[in-house]
Amino acid sequence: MAKVKFDILESTCVPLPLENVDTDQIIPARFLSATSREGFGDNLFRDWRYLKNGEKNNDFILNNPKVGGKILVAGKNFGSGSSREHAVWAIFDYGFRAVISSFFADIFMNNSLNNGLLPIVVSDEFLQKLQELIRKDLSEKVRIDLDKQSLTILSTGEMVKFSINSYKKECLLKGLDDIDFLLSMKSQITSYEKNKILVK
Amino acid sequence: MVRSIEDGPDVLYIDRHFIHEVTSPQAFNGLKERGITVFRPGKTLATADHNIPTQNQHLQIRDELSRNQVERLSENCKKHGIELFGLNHSKNGIVHVIGPELGYTLPGMTIVCGDSHTSTHGAFGTIAFGIGTSEVEMVLATQCILQQKPKKMKITLNGKLQKGVTSKDIIMYIISEISASGATGYFVEYCGQAITSLSMEARMTICNMSIEMGARGGLIAPDEITFDYLRRLPAIHDVENLNKAIADWKNLKSDVGAVFDKELVFDAAAINPMITYGTNPGMGMAIDGTIPLSDAKDEKPSASFIKSLDYMGFKPGMKLIGHPIDYVFIGSCTNGRIEDFRAFAEIIKGRKKAENVTALIVPGSKRVEEQMVAEGLTEIYKSAGFEVRQPGCSSCLAMNEDKIPVGKYAVSTSNRNFEGRQGPGARTLLASPLTAAAAAIIGCITDPRNLISNSKA
Repeated sequence: MAKVKFDILESTCVPLPLENVDTDQIIPARFLSATSREGFGDNLFRDWRYLKNGEKNNDFILNNPKVGGKILVAGKNFGSGSSREHAVWAIFDYGFRAVISSFFADIFMNNSLNNGLLPIVVSDEFLQKLQELIRKDLSEKVRIDLDKQSLTILSTGEMVKFSINSYKKECLLKGLDDIDFLLSMKSQITSYEKNKILVK
Repeated sequence: MVRSIEDGPDVLYIDRHFIHEVTSPQAFNGLKERGITVFRPGKTLATADHNIPTQNQHLQIRDELSRNQVERLSENCKKHGIELFGLNHSKNGIVHVIGPELGYTLPGMTIVCGDSHTSTHGAFGTIAFGIGTSEVEMVLATQCILQQKPKKMKITLNGKLQKGVTSKDIIMYIISEISASGATGYFVEYCGQAITSLSMEARMTICNMSIEMGARGGLIAPDEITFDYLRRLPAIHDVENLNKAIADWKNLKSDVGAVFDKELVFDAAAINPMITYGTNPGMGMAIDGTIPLSDAKDEKPSASFIKSLDYMGFKPGMKLIGHPIDYVFIGSCTNGRIEDFRAFAEIIKGRKKAENVTALIVPGSKRVEEQMVAEGLTEIYKSAGFEVRQPGCSSCLAMNEDKIPVGKYAVSTSNRNFEGRQGPGARTLLASPLTAAAAAIIGCITDPRNLISNSKA
């Protein structure tokens, strides 16, 4: 797992207002044969980014030269389906550091937090508003402050709060990871094993 | 649970960890970078299943990257002392098929695997769920995982199933009712007469697809059917006295009056054979139904709905019965067990495969493959014009060569109809083994009940 710090992010956004974007769309299975974590960004949204003849699909948002930023503004139920962490690695490797949606799939959410990609849940209404603002003006910037758990649209000053469990927040702010934490608990784990009765 | 963290996740001890070639290499790399070894190698079991070919498994894997991944798994298992049922091993198979059939999946366990269909094992009354690679690394390093407590949902299915309706149809029906995200954030317990009357394999199919409505896991309380299944297994691992263990496992059930965050009740008799028409498992309907006009009640369809039907080459309001198909796939961790191949055989016996259909018949494990031969099923398949392949995940996620070509329609007994899931541009129609068999024989989408009543005099 990765030790990545996250505190404040200010960036333009990439809108992807589709619902139920599953991890097979984020990174198709045929690109999962690598044995390292790097390089998956090249194939992020592969089958939407490229046409069947291998050329770029100019209609897809990531291929619009005017669009860019470190924040992906996605639709409802983002990251459903397969548990492949490669989906998060691909999004991160491409350059995103936060994903905003009104609803994330559980495994995707955990995988994101374990890789320093911040998943932010906002209301359906706010998400729709944000999508519209970005589509009208691609230079629209958003500021994410993890410590304050706030997300601000810079042009309007509108601010919403988001939730994150305090353990994970601490990990991200300090760049710590779960494995260090669990390794520090080895003696507790061993005594748990000794005391366990059911299923030896 | 080892420890609870205030306003944070709990530290959950893992009794059984399954790994495979695709989601484990980066976790082993992580251990190497930290200079640590696997904490409890005896609690992890490995198999190669996701990317392996289903023909000529005795030869070297042709695809270099896939071969490398399978070799890395072997190296990593050898180095860390993890038992591996790799390619060509007599116990090889899809991780969620071999865990139960080899006696590694036992009631009351916590089970994880870097695969979302780990929910399958919940059929034994286990807490089983899919994890990402960082979490695989956590389990390898400490045998524990940090986990937020999920909400609890109870789904009760009363009544009796109609003839020709299988457990695949049950779960597809539930998902179509509550949507592909209807159980996100929950662990689901399935109850009711229509559930408890099912065999273990049928229960596994239901728990398997819990993730397709967003639930991390789904479980069914162990009962006499569970214990009979376990008693018949050739081996049970990590249990000294099975009868004593069964006496303990009898207590593994929700308390009477237990409170759930959400409760849903369905009637089994209302379920028909199901088929999907779109690109997520929530987009399913009765096989003789019509595709809805919109995904939003009384409103214009969403962009996602329109995109989905465009991809499938379908129109709102269309019927699918009689629609020609090109491929049929039976297999996967959802429907790759012996009962599934028996069901398929029930319809194809004495008939011939339609000429326009290419069929991929892929057993879930070596054991299933052997059992098919022993029961004469392989012969029935051959006589009907079908070729039985070697075990693996195969066309369910098409990491190997078993891809459905662009634009072709595949009736598939697998679990996901996502865009490109079975190959770039492939169009997947999820269904039960009976519905897949009917489509394979007639060459178009067919209500399996029409063939069952004819064949069962």
